[in-house]
Amino acid sequence: MGQPMITTPTPWSDWVVILPVVLPLLAAAVLLALRGMRALQAPVAGLVTFAVLLCGLELLTRTSDTGPVSMTMGKWLPPFGISFTADVMSAIFVLVSALVTLVVIAYLQMERSESDGRSGLYPLVLLLLAGVCGSFLTGDLFNLYVWFEVMLIASFGLFVLGGRNIQLDATLKYGFLNFLATTIFLASLGVIYGTLGTLNMADITLVAPDADPAVMTTIAALLLLAFGMKAAAFPLNQWLPASYHAPSAALSALMAGLLTKVGVYALLRSLVVLMPAGRDLLEPVIATVAILTLVVAPLGAIAETNLRRAIGFLVIGGIGSVMVGLALPDMHGLAGSTLYIVHSMLTMTALYCVAGLVEKLTGRTDTREMGGLYAASSPVSILFILLVFSAAGLPPFLGFWPKLLLLEAGISGAEIANWQIDWLAMAMIGALLVNAWLTLIAGTRLWAHVFWRNGPAGAPDGAAGPVAHPLTAAQQRFGTGASIVLVGLILAAGLWPNLLIETARLAAVEMIDPQRYIAAFGLGTIAP
Amino acid sequence: MNTLIFRTIGPFLVAIMLVFSVFVTLRGHNEPGGGFIGGLIAASAIAIYGMSSGVATVRRALRVNPIAIAGAGAALSGIAGFASLAFEAPFMTGLWAIAEIGGYEINVSSPMVFDIGVYLVVLGTISAVALALEDDGGED
Repeated sequence: MGQPMITTPTPWSDWVVILPVVLPLLAAAVLLALRGMRALQAPVAGLVTFAVLLCGLELLTRTSDTGPVSMTMGKWLPPFGISFTADVMSAIFVLVSALVTLVVIAYLQMERSESDGRSGLYPLVLLLLAGVCGSFLTGDLFNLYVWFEVMLIASFGLFVLGGRNIQLDATLKYGFLNFLATTIFLASLGVIYGTLGTLNMADITLVAPDADPAVMTTIAALLLLAFGMKAAAFPLNQWLPASYHAPSAALSALMAGLLTKVGVYALLRSLVVLMPAGRDLLEPVIATVAILTLVVAPLGAIAETNLRRAIGFLVIGGIGSVMVGLALPDMHGLAGSTLYIVHSMLTMTALYCVAGLVEKLTGRTDTREMGGLYAASSPVSILFILLVFSAAGLPPFLGFWPKLLLLEAGISGAEIANWQIDWLAMAMIGALLVNAWLTLIAGTRLWAHVFWRNGPAGAPDGAAGPVAHPLTAAQQRFGTGASIVLVGLILAAGLWPNLLIETARLAAVEMIDPQRYIAAFGLGTIAP
Repeated sequence: MNTLIFRTIGPFLVAIMLVFSVFVTLRGHNEPGGGFIGGLIAASAIAIYGMSSGVATVRRALRVNPIAIAGAGAALSGIAGFASLAFEAPFMTGLWAIAEIGGYEINVSSPMVFDIGVYLVVLGTISAVALALEDDGGED
C-alpha cells in the first residue's frame, strides 16, 4: 500500500512557481497591518512587484529551456494536492502582469493623497496581482475559482476606493455580473467533479476523453459562458464599459491590463488544453462570438464620447481577436492568441495611463469638451497616437504581429488553396481586418477630437482651446514617465518581435500537445 | 442593550468567550474546532463587548486596529507555509514536532501556526466590521 505523499525532496529552485502568488499575498498582509506607515506602502509594493517580475523572468527562461515546472502543495501527491504548474504561456503572462503592475504603481505616485495609506490601496493592488498570478499558475480548476474570487474581491475594493457615486454605480454592475460569472463557473465545477471525479488539470486531460461527450460539451459550454463573461466577449461585455471609467485612471489601467486577460487565459487553458472535444463542437459558437466581438466593439468605441469608456470598447475588441485563436486552435492561432494577450495587456494599460494624463490636462472626461491639446502637450499626443496605431495593429507596432499570426491561422483554416472554403474562417479573416479598420477609425477619431481640432465641439475655428491645467512636476515625472516607459517597451517589442513570437510559438506547441505539461505534475497512481 | 445587567455581565461573558475561543482553536487539528470557528467566537466576544461597554472602550482595550490584527494573521499564515523551505518540502507541507513538558506530549506544528493566523484574520476582519457597525448605529 503506497503512501499518497511525494517522497522526493523539492529543490529550492521550484519555489519560483509559487513565489509570484505568495510574495504579493504576504506583502499585502504586512502592508495592511502597517497601514499607519504611509511612507512604507508604495516602496514595499514596488519592490515586491519587482520581485514577482524577476520570478516571472526566471519562470519564463526555465519553462522555455526545460519545460513546465510544477509544485504540489503540502507534499500530497497530485491529484490530491493542489498543484501549481507553470508552462510557457503562464510564465509569460505572469511576467507581463508584474510589468504592468509595476508601471501602474509608478504611475500612482503621480498624485499621492493622504488617504492612500489608510484606504489600503497598495494591499489591494498586491492582492489583485496575487489573484492574477494565481489564476495563471494554478494547475487545479477549483483553485482557479479561488483566485477568481481573490481577484474579484481586490478589484471590488479598488473600484470603490474614493467612494464617489459613479464608482458605487460601476462597482454594483461590475460586481453583480462578475459574481454571476463565477457562480456559473462554480456550477460547472460541480458538474466536472461529478462527471470526472477530479479537478486537477492534468488529471482532467487524462480522463476527459473517456467521459460522456454530451456532458463534456455541456461543461465546455458552461465554461465558455462563465469565462466569456469574465473576458467581456460580445453579448456579455456590458459590465466593462459600464465600470472601467469610474475609478482613478491608474486603477482602470491596472484592471484593463489584467482582468479580462485572465478570462481569456482561462478559456484557452480549459477549452484548448483540458477539453478539446467539447471545444470542437462549440467551434461555430466561439467563431460567431469572436466575429461579433471584433465588429461590434470598435463600433461602440466610435459611438462613445467618454474617453475612458471608448477605450473600454477597444479592450473588448481585443478579446475578439483572442477568441479567433480559440476558434482556430492550430499553431498560428494559439501563438497569435497568446501574443495578442501580451500585446493587449501592455497596450491597453498604456492607453488608460495616457487617457489619465489627458483627463489631468483638460480636467474633463468627455471628448466633446476637449480639443486643441496638441498645443498644450505634444508628448502626450504622440504617446496616444502611437498606442492607437498599436491597438489597431498597423505594421511596425506590437499589435500587428499577433494579428498577422491570427490571419495566417484563418487562411490555413479557410483552406482556400484546396477550394474547400470554410466560410466561418473566411468570416473571421474579414472580421479581423474590419476590426483593425474600425479600431483605427475609432482611435484616430478620438485623437483628432482630443488633440487635433482647435477647441471643444461647437467652438468656432480659431477659438482658443479650453484652459489646460499644466502637469505638475510629480505628474510629469511619474505619470508621463511611466507612460513613456511602457510605450517605449511596446515600440521595442513591435520592432524586434522575434523573441516574443518564438515564445508564443513555444506556448502554442505546449497547448496543442500538453504531454510535457501533464508530465510536470508527476501524477502518481496509488495502489488501493 | 443598555441595561445594567448586560453591562455588568458583558465583560465576564467576553472573558469566558475569549478563553473558549483559544481552546477551540487549539483542539481544532484532530477534533471539531479550528482557527476559523475560534476566530468567530472571539469576534463575537469583541462584538458583545462593544455592545455592552461601548466601541471606544473596545478600541482602547484592543490597542491595535482590528484590520492590523487581520493583516498580521494573514502574514503569519503565509510565513507558516514557508517553514517547509528548510526541509526541502513543498510550500505548506505540515511539519510536526512533539515537545514533552512535565510528562505531557504537546504537538507543535506548522499547521497550528497557520491556524493561529486564520484565527487572527477572522478575529480582525469580523471585529472590524462589527465595531464599524456598532459605531454608526449604537451611539449613546
